[in-house]
Amino acid sequence: MEKERHILAVYPHPDDETFGKAGLIAMQTRLGTPVTLICSTLGQMGRNMGKPSFATRESLPKIREKELRDACNVLGIRDLRLFGLRDKTVEFEDPEVVADRIGEVIAETNPSLVITYYPKLGVHPDHDAMSEATVRAMRRIPKEQRPVLWGSAVTRDAREVLGAPHIDLDVREVLDTKIEAMRAHRSQSEAMLKRMEEGAGTDEAVRREIEERLGREVYWIYDFGD
Amino acid sequence: MEPICREAVHEALQGFVNQEVYLHLETTNGAYAALREEAPMAVSAYIRNGLVKFNRGSIAGDGPYRVGLKMDNGWIYAQGLTDWEVDGEGRLLLVGHDPDGRLAVALELSHQPFEM
Repeated sequence: MEKERHILAVYPHPDDETFGKAGLIAMQTRLGTPVTLICSTLGQMGRNMGKPSFATRESLPKIREKELRDACNVLGIRDLRLFGLRDKTVEFEDPEVVADRIGEVIAETNPSLVITYYPKLGVHPDHDAMSEATVRAMRRIPKEQRPVLWGSAVTRDAREVLGAPHIDLDVREVLDTKIEAMRAHRSQSEAMLKRMEEGAGTDEAVRREIEERLGREVYWIYDFGD
Repeated sequence: MEPICREAVHEALQGFVNQEVYLHLETTNGAYAALREEAPMAVSAYIRNGLVKFNRGSIAGDGPYRVGLKMDNGWIYAQGLTDWEVDGEGRLLLVGHDPDGRLAVALELSHQPFEM
């Protein structure tokens, strides 16, 4: 994988930068690539409260902000921009205003690569709102100067709609870092990691399957159609 | 949070009766419910900082519990409540957690607006 000049990651929730993307980020920061992360909400409406639960609806945003900062440290993300929006409401904000804010960060950091969810295929409405705003911001940039945009598609029919992923990345060399970042998002990952460890502890096949699943990340290059 | 004690929650509810208070009420099965085939579709609703006034507040059931708040012109209702606390700011937090510790329903009352 080639080193990027600068990566801008645009996501709505703490942990979006980690689940399915931490490998790419860790591999790039290991190469010395600066990474800027826009996180537009604090995941205030998250449903996972830890297992057993240790967060409340009211303490969750502070806990998740701390978890996000810890994950950024693990992944080598040194530039975190919190947009201060509220979980589940991003799609009801003025998309032009959200695009303006993303555009300002692009202008300031001059990334060679922008990563976000793939437009319309993010499943969570906040994912789709942020990817749409990102595309809106990037369309304003002349084609020759526009960074490349990689999207993560979450819907079950992603491969039918988009074909095979354009980037199929083996991230096993940073698997430990990726799992450490997942662990940093304790309120969101604890139940899942517990299930995973219980399975892997007793079954070699399960362990291999987990390694295969987490050790691979796929992205689609977004075509702006111009 | 602790498992709900009916008497204690009943007592706490009385501290919010007959005055304007801020309400947070929500229920959710998670944004990924349909993707993970846990439910036919993702369903959720919430109201944050609804300013309400109720004249009677009660808790019912043997666990999970239900809470009903009777207003002059309507009702506020939640079902499936399992845990509770009065937090450091005097807010009454009632939630229903599923066996994985995930929030399924929440009803919260505060004298001050909840943070946005």
